[in-house]
Amino acid sequence: MTIGAPAGAAQFMALSAVLFSLGLYGALSRKNAVMVLMSLELMANAVNLNLVALSRFVDPGAMTGQFFAVFSMVVSAAEIGLGLALVLAIYRQKKTVELEAMEELKG
Amino acid sequence: MAETVNGIAFFLLAFATIGGAVMMLSTRNVVHAAFWLLETMLATAGLYLLLDAEFLALVQVLVLFTIMLTLRRREDAVRPFEPGWGGMVLAALFGAAMLLAIQRGQLPAARMPEAVPTTVDFGRMLFTEWAVPFEIASLVLLVALVGAVWWSGGDRR
Repeated sequence: MTIGAPAGAAQFMALSAVLFSLGLYGALSRKNAVMVLMSLELMANAVNLNLVALSRFVDPGAMTGQFFAVFSMVVSAAEIGLGLALVLAIYRQKKTVELEAMEELKG
Repeated sequence: MAETVNGIAFFLLAFATIGGAVMMLSTRNVVHAAFWLLETMLATAGLYLLLDAEFLALVQVLVLFTIMLTLRRREDAVRPFEPGWGGMVLAALFGAAMLLAIQRGQLPAARMPEAVPTTVDFGRMLFTEWAVPFEIASLVLLVALVGAVWWSGGDRR
């Protein structure tokens, strides 16, 4: 892509693929539960961007992608809220947020 | 007359988004990482504005304030850098596959249709056509709220 040329759906999708990969890397490699949650938020962000961009370029009148993005934001807000509450509860019991400390169900 | 997305604005916002994500993953302080995540989400709100989704941009900024509310100082905030090579290889493979698919796919051109609905249309459709998903979403939020309060509430147990 030359800098300054009008951006199309492909550019938006490439951007969100890069963002999603970065989030995937973070979610897989971090050992801190809060960092994992933030990486998940990054991935959700990339997906929403994809939805909105494709909706804008294909059928802007129906706004389907925007509605999907709104509902996906609702779900990720619920996920972040519950996730942080769980992390708080675990922190209170174990005094740590390391994922390696949470191995009680390990077989 | 079709519209286009301003390439320079897109480039700057894309740079801000990816740069924020990279900084979020490379910083060793969890609180700094949260602020880089905020920067990334702010840049994404700008991208939504480029795509004529004003409502989503504002919702994004609201989410940002919510995350800011949950931030606070922690003693174990500074941590050594964790490279996680396996995760890096997997994520790089995934990203390469996605980029290849995008490059080879038949995608709509850079010129986009002009008919842009306003936020008024968005609200009207949200409460008519999308009313049932809307109600289900509010139920999900309610349950999540109750669950979060239940788990994080008080030290009495």
